[in-house]
Amino acid sequence: MAEKKLMYGNHAIVEGVIAAGCRFFAGYPITPQNEIPELMSIRMNEIGGVFVQTGSEVAAINMLFGAAAAGKRAMTSSSSPGISLMQEGISYIAGADIPVLVVNVVRGGPGLGNIAPAQSDYYQATRGGGHGDYFTITLAPNSAQELFEFPRLAFELAEKYRNPALILADGLLGQMMEPVELSDELVDPNSLAENEWALSGCKGRERRIVRSYDLRPGKLEEWNLRRIEKYEKIKKNEQRFEATDCDDADLVIVAYGTCARVSDAAKKLARDKGFKVGLLRPITLWPFPTDVFADMSKRIENFLVVEMSCGQMIDDVKLATEHRSKIHFHGRPGGGVPTPSEVYKEIEKVLGGAQ
Amino acid sequence: MPEVKILEEVCKGCGFCCDNVCPVDILVLSPDRINSSGYHPAIVTDMEKCTGCGYCFKICPEPAIEIYK
Amino acid sequence: MKKIFGRPAGLTETLQRYCPGCGHGIVHRIIGELLVKLDIRERTIGIAPVGCSVFADEYFNCDMIQPPHGRGPAVATGLKRTRPECIVFSYQGDGDLAAMGTSEIIHAAARNENITVIFINNAIFGMTGGQMAPTTLPGMKSTTSVKGRDIEKQGYPIRVCEMLASLDGPYYLERCAVDTPKNVIRSEKALKTAFMNQINNKGFSLVEILSMCPTGWGQTPVQAKKWLGEAMVQYYPLGVYRDRSKEEK
Repeated sequence: MAEKKLMYGNHAIVEGVIAAGCRFFAGYPITPQNEIPELMSIRMNEIGGVFVQTGSEVAAINMLFGAAAAGKRAMTSSSSPGISLMQEGISYIAGADIPVLVVNVVRGGPGLGNIAPAQSDYYQATRGGGHGDYFTITLAPNSAQELFEFPRLAFELAEKYRNPALILADGLLGQMMEPVELSDELVDPNSLAENEWALSGCKGRERRIVRSYDLRPGKLEEWNLRRIEKYEKIKKNEQRFEATDCDDADLVIVAYGTCARVSDAAKKLARDKGFKVGLLRPITLWPFPTDVFADMSKRIENFLVVEMSCGQMIDDVKLATEHRSKIHFHGRPGGGVPTPSEVYKEIEKVLGGAQ
Repeated sequence: MPEVKILEEVCKGCGFCCDNVCPVDILVLSPDRINSSGYHPAIVTDMEKCTGCGYCFKICPEPAIEIYK
Repeated sequence: MKKIFGRPAGLTETLQRYCPGCGHGIVHRIIGELLVKLDIRERTIGIAPVGCSVFADEYFNCDMIQPPHGRGPAVATGLKRTRPECIVFSYQGDGDLAAMGTSEIIHAAARNENITVIFINNAIFGMTGGQMAPTTLPGMKSTTSVKGRDIEKQGYPIRVCEMLASLDGPYYLERCAVDTPKNVIRSEKALKTAFMNQINNKGFSLVEILSMCPTGWGQTPVQAKKWLGEAMVQYYPLGVYRDRSKEEK
């Protein structure tokens, strides 16, 4: 019987990462994710893992590059300004086709912003984030339970496709407490197969090189094109979403993470008033679940995108629905969190007065 | 008797080995030989004198020098 | 006849693309020899920097990784902590280590991370075409200090060994040069010590090596070798700046 525990979202991430067999954490303090390095420093010590508090987020992501290039599961966590500092490293890691896990507990921006929850790093997470043509697999949990479960999924996807993976949470998910059903199934790091690309010393084999550069004419283009093939495969196989009450809906709310929780409550308010409202929650932000949008846009007249930003995911909704539906938006940037009644009012605006 | 072998195709003609390095001063850049990269490689003027000390090898960046004994 | 000196098996057969008279090749050869002499080639992971020696991953005959500019010591930390049985060295130039990567090198040294760092100081940015480096001497010409480094406007050079010696962390710090056979032999000894310290789990070792860049300096190779011995060594004195094995005795 799996143990059920009341946990902070940030603590659930730590236990999820450890359950996934990861034994390497490097990071730098930043609010609102400090509970992650704090608990990591204790837990890694207990289980014989590695915890390094770094001189900067730049150093943290590069320690991950080393640890992951050595073939080990490695993760870091940070919040928006720190994730910006990591973009150089993420670009190199993506360029070298190395799997790592980066958790972003997003806060208000731009700049130093504030320490309130936000979703304004969506573009950065889903468009690569650093220089060059690349994408990172991006998962968006909406509960402490998913914060516990997604690290394992993230590692598995990252390794399957040799690609960095991100978990995009926010300050509210990280700081709130919820019951979490802890899995009995723990990944033993020693049971993970050695990769055929990992650096370990060249005893008994050809030497290996991990790099992101190729100066030979035409070769880097070929490499990028091969990577695009990989991305197409990920887009085809890994779109994840959760759709509730969408079958008869006149309006479907589109929201992820905290906004999906708020929107779920708004949907209930609307249903109580007789409005036919559904909720579509993207779980993978990259690859964006375009197929379900393409399908739904043939029969759903209205989508209401709710984000804690000035509107970033809305672009993907517009692209995926190809303008067949009307796309409405409600956003709260700079650390603002929408309330269910606020979202309900937007629904009312679109669908008219009480039915 | 030690013997110095200059790998002519590897040598970039920097002249390090010819400049106050060889204790018996038997290395010079060839004025007339030229390798496929366009460099004048070092040559040995008097192999008999070589002591096999290895200084020329140690200062050679390529390394384009081998020493046999 | 037996070969007593020649290309070591720790280097690949790939011919190096460095300019004539570049000091990188001498240091590469020393490391290549140590990989064999210390019997560590098959368990070594090397780190190539960004700069001329970015190509080092083609030249060292061991597992290699090429990280972002200046971040070698952080990557080395990740490698060494997860594979403590491996020998990890970070090969870095002065732009890489003393400009872009100052934070990474200082914190790796402060943690006494059990890695070996080889720091090539040639007082110039080589690969990008001879711009001023953090180690460019006062008055020295570069393509971004065409009348000579003006200390009023462009500040002073950084002496890396002295700076790191102000920390308690590092186990071994030495500055050498490769301008004469005698100095090359001293460099060989220092690098051997730096690798042995890691093998014996002693901690952070850094060997700074003053090295020629004739192209960046606008000199012939022979002039460059001479200038290093006359001018550079004055500003960057050779010697051991930290050796905790002495304190242990």
